[in-house]
This record gives sequence, C-alpha cells and structure tokens, in this order.
Amino acid sequence: MKDPVTEGGLFYRRALMAGAVVLILFLALVGRLFYLQVLSYEEYVAKADRNRISTIPLAPTRGLIYDRNGVVLAENRTSFSLEVMLEKTRDVDALIEELSSVITISDDDRERFAQERRQRRKGRAIPIRTRLSEKEVAQFSVNQHRFPAVSLRGQLIRHYPFGEQFVHAIGYVGRINDREWEKLDQANYAATSHIGKVGLERFYEQVLHGAVGYQEIETDVHDRLVRVLNRVAPIDGKDLHLHLDSELQFAALSMLGEQRGVIVAIDPNDGGVLALVSAPGFDPNPFVTGIDSLSYRALNESPDAPMFNRAINGVYPPGSTVKPHLALAGLMSGVTQPSRKVWDPGWYQLPGDERKYRDFNWHLGGHGWVDLHTSIIISCDTYFYDMANRMGIDVLHDYMQRFGFGQKTGLDVYEEASGLLPSSEWKRRARKQAWYPGETLSVGIGQGYWNATSLQLVSSTAALANGGKRYQLQLVDALGVMDNRQDLPAQLAEHQLNAIPPEHLKLVRDAMKDVVHGARGTARKAFTGIDYLAAGKTGTAQVASYAQDAKYDATKVEERFRDNALFVGYAPYDKPKIAVIVLVENVMGGGGSNAAPLARRVIDAYLEKNGRD
Amino acid sequence: MTDFASRIHTHKERHNLAWRLHLDTTLLTALMLLMALALGIVYSAGGDSTVNKQLARLAVGMGVMVVLAQIPPRILKLWSPAIYLAGIIMLLVVEFTGVIGKGAQRWIDLGFFRFQPSELLKLAVPMMLAWYFAEKPLPPTLKQIVVALLLIIVPVVLIAIQPDLGTSLLIFASGFFVLWLAGLQWKLVASSALLAAAAAPMLWFFYMRDYQKQRVLTFLDPEKDPLGSGYHIIQSKIAVGSGGLYGKGYMQGTQSQLEFIPERHTDFIFAVFGEEFGFLGAVLLMVLFAFIVWRGLYIASNAQDTYSRLLAGAITLTFSVYVIVNIGMVIGVLPVVGVPLPLVSYGGTSSVTLLAGFGLLMSLHTHRRLLSS
Repeated sequence: MKDPVTEGGLFYRRALMAGAVVLILFLALVGRLFYLQVLSYEEYVAKADRNRISTIPLAPTRGLIYDRNGVVLAENRTSFSLEVMLEKTRDVDALIEELSSVITISDDDRERFAQERRQRRKGRAIPIRTRLSEKEVAQFSVNQHRFPAVSLRGQLIRHYPFGEQFVHAIGYVGRINDREWEKLDQANYAATSHIGKVGLERFYEQVLHGAVGYQEIETDVHDRLVRVLNRVAPIDGKDLHLHLDSELQFAALSMLGEQRGVIVAIDPNDGGVLALVSAPGFDPNPFVTGIDSLSYRALNESPDAPMFNRAINGVYPPGSTVKPHLALAGLMSGVTQPSRKVWDPGWYQLPGDERKYRDFNWHLGGHGWVDLHTSIIISCDTYFYDMANRMGIDVLHDYMQRFGFGQKTGLDVYEEASGLLPSSEWKRRARKQAWYPGETLSVGIGQGYWNATSLQLVSSTAALANGGKRYQLQLVDALGVMDNRQDLPAQLAEHQLNAIPPEHLKLVRDAMKDVVHGARGTARKAFTGIDYLAAGKTGTAQVASYAQDAKYDATKVEERFRDNALFVGYAPYDKPKIAVIVLVENVMGGGGSNAAPLARRVIDAYLEKNGRD
Repeated sequence: MTDFASRIHTHKERHNLAWRLHLDTTLLTALMLLMALALGIVYSAGGDSTVNKQLARLAVGMGVMVVLAQIPPRILKLWSPAIYLAGIIMLLVVEFTGVIGKGAQRWIDLGFFRFQPSELLKLAVPMMLAWYFAEKPLPPTLKQIVVALLLIIVPVVLIAIQPDLGTSLLIFASGFFVLWLAGLQWKLVASSALLAAAAAPMLWFFYMRDYQKQRVLTFLDPEKDPLGSGYHIIQSKIAVGSGGLYGKGYMQGTQSQLEFIPERHTDFIFAVFGEEFGFLGAVLLMVLFAFIVWRGLYIASNAQDTYSRLLAGAITLTFSVYVIVNIGMVIGVLPVVGVPLPLVSYGGTSSVTLLAGFGLLMSLHTHRRLLSS
C-alpha cells in the first residue's frame, strides 16, 4: 500500500517548498525592518523624542517696584493654591464637594471659582483655593491621590505690602483672562498666570515680566518626570525704581485723612512724580488672587468710588488755579499789560449784554480797580472775564494748550485722562453748535467746559516754576537692578511754552508768591510761619458734573455738590524743588482753607528731608 | 541489542552526553542561545522579578523537553489519539466550567496549577493528524482530507469560542501543515484558500467580537485611533524605527524603558529588542529563528517514517508561524493577535508548550536509527 520512496520524495518537496515560503516571509519581515529602522529612522527618532521629551516653560520672576529710597512697593511672595483642571473632571461640582471634605472651601471661594470659570484661559487650571496655610498644604498632599484633577501649585504671587496706600500710584496685577491671552505673546507667557492690569504694572508689563525659560524633561508614559535633559533659564523681569518717595506719599495720605481728593507732587526739574495720592484707595491684594464678587460689588458701588483713580483719571474744572497761566497768556498775546487796570464792581457785563457775570469771590461790592498782579493774588474773576473776552476762546485755547491742557501729560500709565480744553472748533465738532462769547467768560476763570486733570495742573504749575519747561511726568526713574540701572531720562513734553518773556514770567511768579506770602494772599494763612519762600494759587471749583459714575446716595446729594477746593504751588520760590497739587472734593469753603494747608505740609515734609535750597 | 549498540557506537556522536539524553545538540544550542537572549531582553523590559519568573518557566520547559525527548516516537504515536481525545474533553470542560481569565474562558484550575487545555491541543492536533496519516498511502484521498479537516476544525472551533483567536489560528495552522506535508493536492489548497476567503466575512459578522474587529480596523488605519487600540501599533513602530541600524544599546531604549510600549515584556517584546539592538540585532535574531526552522525541517526530512516526518514538519512550521505573526504584528504589517514571540516573550504556558514541541522533535530525531532497524 504505502510507497516509502514516493512518499519520501513528496514530503521532501513539500518541506523544501515550506522552507522556501518561510524564508521569503522572513525576508519580507527583514525588508520591513529595513524600511522602519534604516530608511525611516529619522522620522521615528523624531516621534520617539516627541513621545518622551516635554518642554516645560519656566516663568520668569516679575520685577519688583521700589520707591526712591529702596522701599519695596510691589514684591513677590510664595503662595500655594489648589487648582482644578476642568479638562480632567466630568463633574466639577461633585469634585468641589469632595474636596471640601479635605480643605475648607468657603462660599466666596466657590463663587470666585464660578466667576473665573466663565472668563478663564482655555486649558488653564482655575484656582479653587488660594493662600493655603502650611497645614492645609499637608492636608491636601496626603489626599492628593483622590483628586487627579486638582493640583497643588506653589508660585510667586504679587504682593503689595502697603495695600491701598500705593494702589493708585502703581496699579496691580491680576490673572490673565481670555481676552488678554489672545493679544499676548503666548510663547513668552506660557508659564505666566498674572499680568499687569492697571497702572505701572500694566504700562511696564514687558519690562517687569521678563522672558520665559524652558526645561526639557524626559517623562515616562505616565507623564512622570524621569530626568531633566536641558534647561534654559528664564530671564527675570527688571525692577522699577520710582521717583516716588514713600515717606512723602504717607505724609500726603495722612493730610487727606478721610477726605476724598488728590495730592500729586512732582519734581519741577525733571517731571518725576514724588507722590501720587488718590483717596480713598483700596487694597489690590485680593485682586491678585481673585476677589469674590461681594467684596468687589462693595468696592464698585461705594459712593466714595475708591477704585476710581482721581489723580490720573479724574477730570475737574481747574477753577482759579489756572489764573496765573491765563495771565501769562494775556501778557503774551498782548490783550493785557502789567499796568492795565479793570474796574471790578463785583460783576462783569459783556458789552451790549444785559447779563451780569458774577465774581465768585464773596466781595459783594467788588474789588474796585484791579491790575494783573492783584487779580491773581485776590483771584478776581472780573479781571479775567474781561481778559478772556478780549482774548477770545481760540487764542485762550492756543496758549492753554501749550501748558498741556486738553492732552495727556505723558505719565507712564495707560489710564491717564486728557481732560477737555474747549475751543470754538471743538464745540462745532462735538456739540454742533457755535461758540457764544459768554462761554468764553466761564472758561476764562477755569470753569465752563474746561476740565483738567490734576496731572495737567501740577505739570503746568511746574512749568511756571522752572521757567517754562514742561516735562513729561514720570513715575519710573530707572529700570533694572541696583548695579545695572537703566535710567529713564527726563523728556520734554510735546507742546512747550517757547520763549516766555522773562519779565512776564516774573510778574506771574511774583503774584503767585504773594498768594502765599502777601497780605491779601488767599493762601497766606495756610503758609504762616514757613521759613522758605513758596508760590501758589488757590482755587475753588464748582462741581458741574461729578467725575465718575458712582451712584448717588440721596442723603448725600447735598454734600456731593459742594465745591472742590484746590491749591497748586511750588517751593522754594527761587530754586523750585517740588510742585504740588492738592484737590479736596466737596468741601465747605475754598482752596485757601481746605487745600493750601495740606499742600504746605507736603512741601514742608519734602523740604525738611531734602533741604531748602 | 548488540547490533543496535554497535550502530550507535559507530556514530560520531556516541560519546556525546546530549545524544545519550536524546537531545539534538545543534537544535539545543540554538534554543539555548535564543533563551539566553530572551532572558536578557525580558530583564531589560520587565526587570528582576519578571526575569526570575521567566527563568523558572524556561527551566520547567527544558525539563519537559528533556522528558519528552526520552519517549520513543512509537510510544508518542501510540498515545496520540488518546492525548487528542483528552484535549478535546478538557476543552469541553473548560467551555462549561472553565475559570474566567482575561475575559475569556481558557483555564482549568487544578488547585495548584492553572492548566490551559488549548496549549495541549497545539501539540495534540498535529500528533493526531500525523497518527491518522501514518499508515495511509499518501497523498491522501478526499475522504481522508475531510476526516482530517474535521479533526482540525473541532478543537479550533472550541478554542475560537473561548474566544482565543490567536491560539485557534495557530492550532489550525499546525493541523493544516500536517495536511499540506502529507501531500494535500494543489487544487484543494487553492479551493480551501478560496473557502477561507469566503468564510472571512462570515467570521467577521458571526464570530468576531467587537474588540477583534476593532483590532483589524485599527491595523488597517492605526492613526485613526491613536489613543485606543491604534496606540499599540503606533508605539511599537516608533520603538522599532527609532532603534535604527545599531540600536540604542541594551537597556537604553527610551520607548521601552519609559514604558511607551504596551505589553513590552510579553507580546510586544520584539519592539524592545528592535529598539535596543537595531536592525542588525533584529536581523541576527531572525537568522537565529531561521536556523531553528531550518534545523526543524532538516529533522523532518531525515525522519524515517510518515508519523515522524509529518509531526516534525508541522511543529517546525507552526513555530515559524509564531515568529512571522508576532513580528509582523509588532512592526505593523499584520493585525494585533495575541501570539507571543516564541521563547522570547514573557509567559509560562507558551514557552513550556514550545519547548515540549522541541522535545518531541528531538525524540523523533534521536530515536530514528533505533526505529529504522
């Protein structure tokens, strides 16, 4: 039956064939290996590296802010927070419930979380708790495994040691929101959670922030760090060194006390801001970590408007404080002369007009014959009505523009208001109406449509003090660390009072000196007993419209419509070292009694420390 | 006896201890080399405890191999139907009472030992078919082919419904190889291939589980599901490809050491090998496998009776199927099916079965002159 020879041959052929097929398949595999390992090597190496190497951005340390004496006004503190990665959890509410069994989470925390969730940066974790204590850090750490979507983050957080006392001078930072993120250099901010929101923090954001660093780390499949492969250190942000003198700031703050108002002091020789107070203020620190909506609403709805930066963003009628400037304009334009006298019966009438424009001084009988010098000292409105009428609004506008009114002073913040210096052209454009001569009269005494910022007033007063040079106001004096400082030189402002005839300037300055020292000076009482010469001008401005949108409390309406008291001045008279504006909102009485005494104390404090000559 | 003895003594291997233990030195050397390599790479992929366990299993496997090598082929042949029958019965037992393991019924729990009857079938099926054809004139008749196919299909189906696609595939292959080596007519090979092609859609719709279908779909387009089942293929290709010509060095494979390769010490161990030893290392490993296959086919060709030939050939070809399917899967030319890299992948039963198979091969080889007389 069986044929061993045939069967042996058959088997041998089949075995050979099978062996050949196996060999071919093996060769096919080798070919595929050759393709993967030799031909596609580069591609797979790149993929392998992408697998294992993650690049972790490293946040630079934000630059600090110092006053001129080296006092730290903005610093960085280590703060631990718990953050939730929304992408890693399905039910956030349940997560927070469970988390609250480990760490106390207040209603405020929850509300703030909900709020930030609405305006978060995509893919970024949102803090549920900030400023954890050491004990809380430990409490969470032992329970970490239960919360894969929650991470403990230690980071340097901006802290403002003096809270509300400097908030309006330096601004503050807050968490980056979606809108800001869109506009940012996202690569450079890859590790940064906060950004300057207001003030210097915002204006110098790039300088303060620095440049991001990178760390290349090898991670395993579970994303655990295996080792650090490469590190490019971040470049820390530069420090800001301010002109600001914190002692003067404290002095100014204590002068104002509970009153609402502004005190700004500058160095007339370079425009450096020595003190910048807007009262009341508020503590910016909760804004850094995230403020709860209740506290925010309380701040936002307070009738005192503490979040409103009166010094930088507030516009007020300048009132009589601009009479020296107007007098100079009168002299320069030739509409008045030193010897020219005007009869002041207590009112002024436009030729051919029935209406009587009252002198706001309460001298019912008027001052009689008044010359330019006297008109400044006693703040005679009639004289300035007459001068303004003859000058006309557009000449007035032209000269006042050279003093910087109607434009920003160039302070190194973004929020500065430009105020309003009216002209006939402005009225045509903005109001679609012709200019009436009567309106010139109001502007001629610093009222009417004219709205100025305190910065404009102090800057233009400094120009009178230093002989006609207007500097851009600057908060920051230098950037960088102590031994590598980059000074920011003083910059002249765009519009200048070119070539003021010295005799005109002297006339106005003398008058301002007599406001302070003269027998009839409106600020004489405030400055009695000083052992240096000062110059200034008081003002009392009617509140035409309240400067901000705060809600009015019916019981306080009366108070809110009271006059604002102003004083601008400088000292020492011959070699000015400080120019100052004081503005106190809604007071009884004028600038002589309400603002000038504050200015005197601020000047005293500064000269006490820096010498009188 | 003296006659036999003189024959043995005239053989050049007569003083060889291995020969006296009925071991084939050539095959043994190749296997030892392979296992040494395997332990090295298992250590790289799995660490101390894994390699120790594997060492123990390989020792058990070697023991089984040596023991089986002592059993003369005629005894093996005599027992073949009984072993096959026992295997089928155990499969049925598993089907009804089996212990659940890895989501599929595959085990019999003997208390001290978990036994996987499907592993036994890997050897029992070719033994049974070799037995069936042993005394028949070859090539087989159509009727014999049908009987043989039935003998194959029954265990294949029983294992397929466990479900264990990889094993049933290997068992089908082992049976089919006997049939093929027995001289299955070409037109029947062709028509069964057609039949298989026709059965594939049926298999797809009526047998395959969703995850298995997913694996096939993923194989066709791995990038479609990079985090799911495509992950295996993508990652193992990255590991192998990034190994380059020379490899990253032993224990230096970032993808394997950083655990990006899934199942890196079991089914995907070749990816670790390819990454750490590169193309040259992988080719060397392929050469070693090829050498073992060549030796197996050499043994089969030199066997002196039909049973030995068919069994030796089927065991060898099945071994090569392991190699081709596993490596093909790891380098992305075949779908992911649970087939280990023979003797290299970490895993107990498959190593023991494979070594048992080599034990059979050695028995067939070393006893042949005794039988021939």
